[in-house]
Amino acid sequence: MIPLAPFLVVSAALVAIGVFGALTRRSALGILMSIELIINAAALNLVAFSQHIRTSDAESTAGQMFALFAMAIAAAAAAVGLSIVICIYRNSKTVNVDKIDLMRW
Amino acid sequence: MDFLPALIPVLPLLAFAVIITNGRRLGWSACLVAVGASLTSAVLAALVYSRVLLSHETLAWSFEWVRWGETALRMGVRIDGLGALMLFMVTVVGTLIEIYAIGYMAGDKTFSRFFAFVSLFMAGMLGLVVADNLLLLFVSWEIMGLCSYFLIGFYFHRPSAAAAGIKAFITTRIGDVGLLIGMILLWWTAGTLRFDELLLAVPALAGLGDAHVDLMLTAAALLIFVGTIGKSAQFPLHVWLPDAMEGPTPVSALIHAATMVAAGVFLVARSFILFAQFPAALTVVAWVGGFTALFAALIALTQNDIKRVLAYSTLSQLGYMVMALGLGAYAAGMFHLITHAFFKALLFMGAGAVIHGFHHVQDMRRMGGLWGKMPWTAWTFLVATLAISGIPPLSGFWSKDEILLGAFHESPVLWVAGTFTAFLTAFYMFRLFFMTFTGRQRDGEIHAHESPAVMILPLVVLAVGAALLGIPGSPWMGLWVQHSLDVPAYALAHHHHSNLVMGLSIAVAVAGIALAWLMYAPRPTIQPARVARAMGRLYTLSLNKFHIDEIYAALIINPTRALARGSFRFDLGLIDGAVNGMGWLQRALASLKGLFDKWVVDGIVNLLATIVQALSAVFGLIQTGRVHNYLLLASLGALVIACLTWWNMG
Amino acid sequence: MTEPASLLAWIAFVCLVAVTVGSAVLVVTLRNLFHAVLALIASLLGVAGLYLMLLAEFVAAIHVLIYVGAVATLFLFVIMLTVRIDDAALRQSNRQVIPAIALCGAGLALLLAALLAAPWTPVEEIRPPGVQQIGHDMLTTYLLPFEVVSLLLLVALVGAVTLARREDQRT
Repeated sequence: MIPLAPFLVVSAALVAIGVFGALTRRSALGILMSIELIINAAALNLVAFSQHIRTSDAESTAGQMFALFAMAIAAAAAAVGLSIVICIYRNSKTVNVDKIDLMRW
Repeated sequence: MDFLPALIPVLPLLAFAVIITNGRRLGWSACLVAVGASLTSAVLAALVYSRVLLSHETLAWSFEWVRWGETALRMGVRIDGLGALMLFMVTVVGTLIEIYAIGYMAGDKTFSRFFAFVSLFMAGMLGLVVADNLLLLFVSWEIMGLCSYFLIGFYFHRPSAAAAGIKAFITTRIGDVGLLIGMILLWWTAGTLRFDELLLAVPALAGLGDAHVDLMLTAAALLIFVGTIGKSAQFPLHVWLPDAMEGPTPVSALIHAATMVAAGVFLVARSFILFAQFPAALTVVAWVGGFTALFAALIALTQNDIKRVLAYSTLSQLGYMVMALGLGAYAAGMFHLITHAFFKALLFMGAGAVIHGFHHVQDMRRMGGLWGKMPWTAWTFLVATLAISGIPPLSGFWSKDEILLGAFHESPVLWVAGTFTAFLTAFYMFRLFFMTFTGRQRDGEIHAHESPAVMILPLVVLAVGAALLGIPGSPWMGLWVQHSLDVPAYALAHHHHSNLVMGLSIAVAVAGIALAWLMYAPRPTIQPARVARAMGRLYTLSLNKFHIDEIYAALIINPTRALARGSFRFDLGLIDGAVNGMGWLQRALASLKGLFDKWVVDGIVNLLATIVQALSAVFGLIQTGRVHNYLLLASLGALVIACLTWWNMG
Repeated sequence: MTEPASLLAWIAFVCLVAVTVGSAVLVVTLRNLFHAVLALIASLLGVAGLYLMLLAEFVAAIHVLIYVGAVATLFLFVIMLTVRIDDAALRQSNRQVIPAIALCGAGLALLLAALLAAPWTPVEEIRPPGVQQIGHDMLTTYLLPFEVVSLLLLVALVGAVTLARREDQRT
């Protein structure tokens, strides 16, 4: 069985890539995809820890549970986020967030 | 059933409300509403009268109006024989006058307004009659005062009419204040304003023999009588009534002959228990009445305006009634009130018909010979003139004879004055009649014509009343009317019939008529001008109404005006000066404060604003409004926190 | 004591990591968004493989179902709805690439340093729980979060529909 550390390394790499994407993508869709990557990394971490480190059998499923919940929440976030993207597109005919500076004072 | 009398004043009140709110829409038909309401009231009044007459009971109905602590104030109606008779008289005469006004006021632009005010007036008068307490009576009294102001000043575009309205209002107001103070005194002393309670309370208080209480009650009685003096135009507050002739003639007939002026007399009759207990008050009443009767008759002798003669005659007749009450001849006074209402309303309406037919000329010197041109008016007028002169068997004779009988027994001086007044009355009334209806028309340019049927009909009905109404009150009929009044025991004065009094009163009436015939017949044997010259100053005094108006002007009105002018100057010079000075000072201070505000306060505020603006220019650079920049900074922050955490842990 | 991983397992692991991380890099760098979504799918499948390597086959299956079956499809639809053809050729990254690389590099270094320095003490024997165990726990121990998540999904559904509805359809 593959030990814990390699999974953690992969997970860290995914988080870094996700953050990079979120910071650099011009399109709101790209940002959402990057966020999905970050959530995936977190879920992967949870499952890896759950399988390798546990104090009792009673909590043996905890990590997988949280991974499942994270997926559900990620799906919800994706749905709402994509709806917002559609709204933005309808209002300003673009999904490029650097064209949208309504938050500027 | 017992509240039926309460309905009687409500009906005209409703008519008033309907007409005043829908006047424009109703137009001519406003008179139908008014007459309908009055007629219904008259029918109701007849019902009430017959009931009271048959059963000799007092209809009373009341409800609790306000209560504070143990004291409750009740409002309601109370109809005894006197009230029922008054109700009947007021509604019948009022209805006839309204019918007459349909003809008289025809074509007037304010036709509906006239009927609205007449209806309100009727409501006030009827409310006064049915009231079972002085407070409701006072309210109705004031409604009438207000209406008389409206109606006297009905042609308000004429300055003289407006002035007459104001004069009437202010003069009667003096009496009203007296009445109000009297009421307060009475409440204070007797603790009630309800007539039936006063009937018990006043004799009980008088029986105490407490000088202070007696003084208070006498004062209350006299103050209430001041109200009567104002409303019934007794000397010295009589000056408004002749001027009130500025109003339309139906108003003169309704208000200034038949009803409103009678309210004062009615007030004394209603609160008679007070007067009966205190002879001093009664004496004052008698003398004021007697003096007014004689005084007004003297003025009436020389007046040339047909309505003014009638106005002074009204004063004189009211004086008779007040004198009768003062002499304790309660029933006689009220009987005269009823008969007078009929014949005086008839006289005024006849005069109105003359004026109407004579193109609104009121000067008798231009009239004459109208007998042939207006036969109906002339005949009915003759009936009324004979009635007021005291020729049997017409109504005026009986009631006046009763009063003179009372005077004969109580006060010979007043009896002489009253008899002399009767002589004068016969003289000036026939002077008026001869000058108006007989001989030739002195002003040939006016084409007189008879009035329309709607005006003649009330004249005829009233003439029948004026002729026959005295019969039920005559000694032949056993003074039936007088007994029907339910004269309270304390006011019962039985005087033996006196042939001397009756004979003398007929004699003076005939003498008066004869003298008038001699002086004003078509071919006079005595020239009036020569008599006037022979009388000299007396004639001038009478012609100028004993200069009462001028005396009032000199004593009260001019000093008041001077005081007002002085106050005005004081106001203008000193108070306005002080106010303006304060204003100037404030302005100077304000400009100083303005400078301070502009340079110091505003300076600080502006400085702060400049600093904030400069800072915001710096920090605004970070606020790009782009999500990416924010995200980058947030990530940086997260990284820094993570570094610090790791650093701490390890 | 758990037996060490076989060579075959290591090869499979390295392949999966290569697919996952490589595709993830493509996701954040490809200009064409459509291609980026395809790369995302590949990366997600790699993660599913990693779950299998962790002996969490249920999570792996659900992961494929949700991400590849639902979320990625949703992305594809939205891209087809919003992105115009001429956008495809545009530069898809903004001007803060250099700071972003620096930041992410620093973050990654920090994470690696931390996790490699940490003294992990793994369990002696890995007895991965079966699907039966997961199902049992989900409806007993984790019932409340389960219900809350289901409610959240419902609300998200309604919210998404409300937001995405056309203006003129609101009457």
